[in-house]
Amino acid sequence: MSIEQHPAAAEIALETRLKEAGARRSIGKSINRVEDPRFLRGEGRYLDDIVLPHMTHAAIVRSPHAHARIVSIDASRAEALPGVVRVVTGADVTEHAAPLPSFGAAGIIQHMIAVHKVRHYGEAVAVVVAEDRYIAEDACDLIDVVYEPLPAVLDPFAASDEDAPLLHDALGTNVAYERTFTFGDVDGTFARSPRKVQARLRWPRSTAMPMDTNGAIGDYDRGTGVVTVWANSMNFTYFQWLLAACLKVPTSKLNVVPVAAGGSFGSKFFMHKVPCLAGFLSKLVGRPVKYVEDRIDHIVNNDHAGSDRHYDAELAFDDDGTFRALRIRVVDDYGAYLQFGTGTHGNSLSQIVGPYRIGEVEYSLQAVLTNKNQQGAYRGFGAEVSNWVLERLVDFAARDLGVDRVELRRRNLIGPDEFPYRTPTGNIYDSGNYPGVVEKVLEASDYTGWVAERDRARAEGRHIGIGVVASQERSVFSSTEFWFWFDEPSFTPTSSPESASLQIDPTGQITVTLHSQAMWGNSPETVVSQVVAEEFDVDPASVHITYADSQHALPGTGPGGSRFTVMVSGAVAGAAGEVKDKMRRIVAHKLEVGEEDLEFRDGGVNVVGSPDRAMSISDIALTAYMFHLDLPAGMESGLAAQSTYDHPLTTLPNDDRSDLGIFYPFVGHAWHIAVVEVDVETGKVKFLRYAAVHDAGTIVNPKTLDGQVIGGTVQGLGTALYEEYLYDDEGRVRNETFEYYHLPSSMDAPSITVGHQETPSPYTAYGIKGAGEGGRMLTPAIMSAAIEDALSDHAVRITSLPISAEQIVAWAAGEGDQPR
Amino acid sequence: MSDTRAVRITINGSVHEAEVEPRRTLADFIREDAGLKGTHLACEHGFCGNCNVAFDGDTIRSCLMFAVQADGHEIETVEALCEPGGALSELQQAFTDHAAVQCGYCTPAMLLTAREFLRDHPGETDEETIREGISSVVCRCTGYQQIVDAIRSLA
Repeated sequence: MSIEQHPAAAEIALETRLKEAGARRSIGKSINRVEDPRFLRGEGRYLDDIVLPHMTHAAIVRSPHAHARIVSIDASRAEALPGVVRVVTGADVTEHAAPLPSFGAAGIIQHMIAVHKVRHYGEAVAVVVAEDRYIAEDACDLIDVVYEPLPAVLDPFAASDEDAPLLHDALGTNVAYERTFTFGDVDGTFARSPRKVQARLRWPRSTAMPMDTNGAIGDYDRGTGVVTVWANSMNFTYFQWLLAACLKVPTSKLNVVPVAAGGSFGSKFFMHKVPCLAGFLSKLVGRPVKYVEDRIDHIVNNDHAGSDRHYDAELAFDDDGTFRALRIRVVDDYGAYLQFGTGTHGNSLSQIVGPYRIGEVEYSLQAVLTNKNQQGAYRGFGAEVSNWVLERLVDFAARDLGVDRVELRRRNLIGPDEFPYRTPTGNIYDSGNYPGVVEKVLEASDYTGWVAERDRARAEGRHIGIGVVASQERSVFSSTEFWFWFDEPSFTPTSSPESASLQIDPTGQITVTLHSQAMWGNSPETVVSQVVAEEFDVDPASVHITYADSQHALPGTGPGGSRFTVMVSGAVAGAAGEVKDKMRRIVAHKLEVGEEDLEFRDGGVNVVGSPDRAMSISDIALTAYMFHLDLPAGMESGLAAQSTYDHPLTTLPNDDRSDLGIFYPFVGHAWHIAVVEVDVETGKVKFLRYAAVHDAGTIVNPKTLDGQVIGGTVQGLGTALYEEYLYDDEGRVRNETFEYYHLPSSMDAPSITVGHQETPSPYTAYGIKGAGEGGRMLTPAIMSAAIEDALSDHAVRITSLPISAEQIVAWAAGEGDQPR
Repeated sequence: MSDTRAVRITINGSVHEAEVEPRRTLADFIREDAGLKGTHLACEHGFCGNCNVAFDGDTIRSCLMFAVQADGHEIETVEALCEPGGALSELQQAFTDHAAVQCGYCTPAMLLTAREFLRDHPGETDEETIREGISSVVCRCTGYQQIVDAIRSLA
């Protein structure tokens, strides 16, 4: 269904415009985060800070093999160690639990502890529950596991051979998914186009790597039969019924309690292994059990959250540089399991043409299973990969045409008068002014000045390079992207709501309860406080925010796909609107004025133009709770409302999947410009300038948005230059500590000039778009472009990441592989 | 590993006496025995610096030191930076003013490391020097820039 046919679009747009008529009083201000004081005092209460009475601790025995049959497990020496409570193995899982939830193909079964065989290095084989973590780890060393190693398959191309060793016998193949989507006459357009560029591109697996690892405490109450799980997950509503199924308890007997997470970046969006394990262990031993991954656990058995893709990509264009069609073939190495299905490619498809007028697209996906850790979710969720691929092709096209990279991009940008813009896949871009962003970034970076400086420095033999890249930043996914892959999907959800409850107590204090997340590093409490302050004209710091546990939660989906700020703002606005309506009726009744004559101002409600004729929020609240006879006839006591905000703009895919529907429509836009100097003897890349301009619709808090842009950009820098999981020939992870898995340090990161443009979404509350992932969507492309430019005298064509110092040195020396 | 030794460690001005195993890390002593949860562990092999504390005034990795090695010494943790429930210190206030906190996990170590830097480099505004000064702490959220800005604002 196209946007023109969407019955709600026009209405939503009208309502949004009406609501937006007034001036802002809190949204848009750079207030200090209301979350900060407790974290600055070291009172953040992360998972490992929680201690329950009589609590035990778990440690895990991990597979040293990538693929092996488990012949026997002898735990007798461990069980004899004083302080060991119980050793748990796959046999216990088989007897007492169901497989972990999965959105992949039916034959892919994953257990929280391996049953019969292990499929990747580091998979859990046995768990020790003990009085403390030291004893638990001692006991792990006393467990004797006999393995029968099986041939491991580590290369996705080898894995798709018919005679390759099978990961999952029940699946009968290692190709978990394969399909080609065609949007338009792609073959014809390629045949007719005078020019094309083609590249094989390689995006390696890396991960989100939050400082706080995954952790959970299970606390089984035999009396009530309730399994309480404290977890630093980012999702407490959407999928909890799947965790209950794994634990074999009714959903009403599982309560997952939100705990602040020290970072997620997507990787905690749907945590399943760790919460299930903690709940399961507690049920078995009848005491609270804490399990917190240590860093090695996290690296070898948490999700390798990023994508692991091999591309063959082509762009067709005219002699004048007009882009025509895009053809992408991608093999994605998902590792041993398939938790999220192929949803990461839904993200790619949502903005596959970037900000450019490319009319036709073909997308072939092969999802392959290998003996590596499974993928998960990581900031960008696959769209950052496809953006790198597209921007690489655009740079190659500019080189092919001999035209300026900025000019070529500008020539193909979707114009400000073309919104809402329907992309070939069916997803829309809601609004934008892309040329405006270009102007701002060129100015912010002093682009022209740096081009001259680069050319001058080159004459001196220095290697200065400039990268210029663009990206879309889609936000607010619809759940259709998890199933539109299939002609006959078994489960076709279309909901991805977010809820908020807003209560004003009898003294006038405002509390908002959120329903599917905890604090995770973004600023949920600040966002909500600013929306409440906007609606009620109160001090944002006075608003109290709580997080519902899963037994008390309203429908919610959690922070993923940059949906949180958009969705929670809609939910809070809805709840606030209901409460405000009731307050207006009370005040109108008490002051004997019309409701339409009232306004919310300075922490109260007054008659417009007569600030003295007013009631404070606390007066209104006290009346609402304590003076029923003063209320309008028929009004209930109390002052609270709850609101569930559904995705405001999503449609179904069509039957033959030539149109995937609207599934990711609130789309920001960004340009980054980086100037680097490369030391060709050491491979060191030094930043001379970095400017980033983003348009994420209405900005709620400029300085926290800056933080998201900068933080995402530096995380993307890790992807671009440093981070990659290295497997040896036997499938063992070689860099399972921070000694060998390098994260960007303060010395590596650039100083970034951040600029903003605000083009509100016509379809969301306040016109907000998501903005949490954009930075990481650009850095891999910009580093590729800038380093390539710096090494232009060596004709380097960068087609794989990370771009290591060794590689740079080799290129500069005229060595190393230079892929076609 | 049941052999234990008596230790007497001063943390934030309070004396903590305990019998500990020689292998017990100072980080675990601070978190579990003294109950001060503001010191965070993120890698436990000395690379990320999220467990940094002040040891007789100088920054060290509390995951790499055993509690017995701290016997008789003075430790300061994030909890020493301001009174419980009291006003934030100037440094803490600068962090929130500059949006230098995101998930908050590295924040305690970053604050202690920044405090040491400001003590040893009064008036220093050079960005590279500040970046080097905090390079022992890995932050995965902020990209460091707003932390650098906060520290520079106190030069």
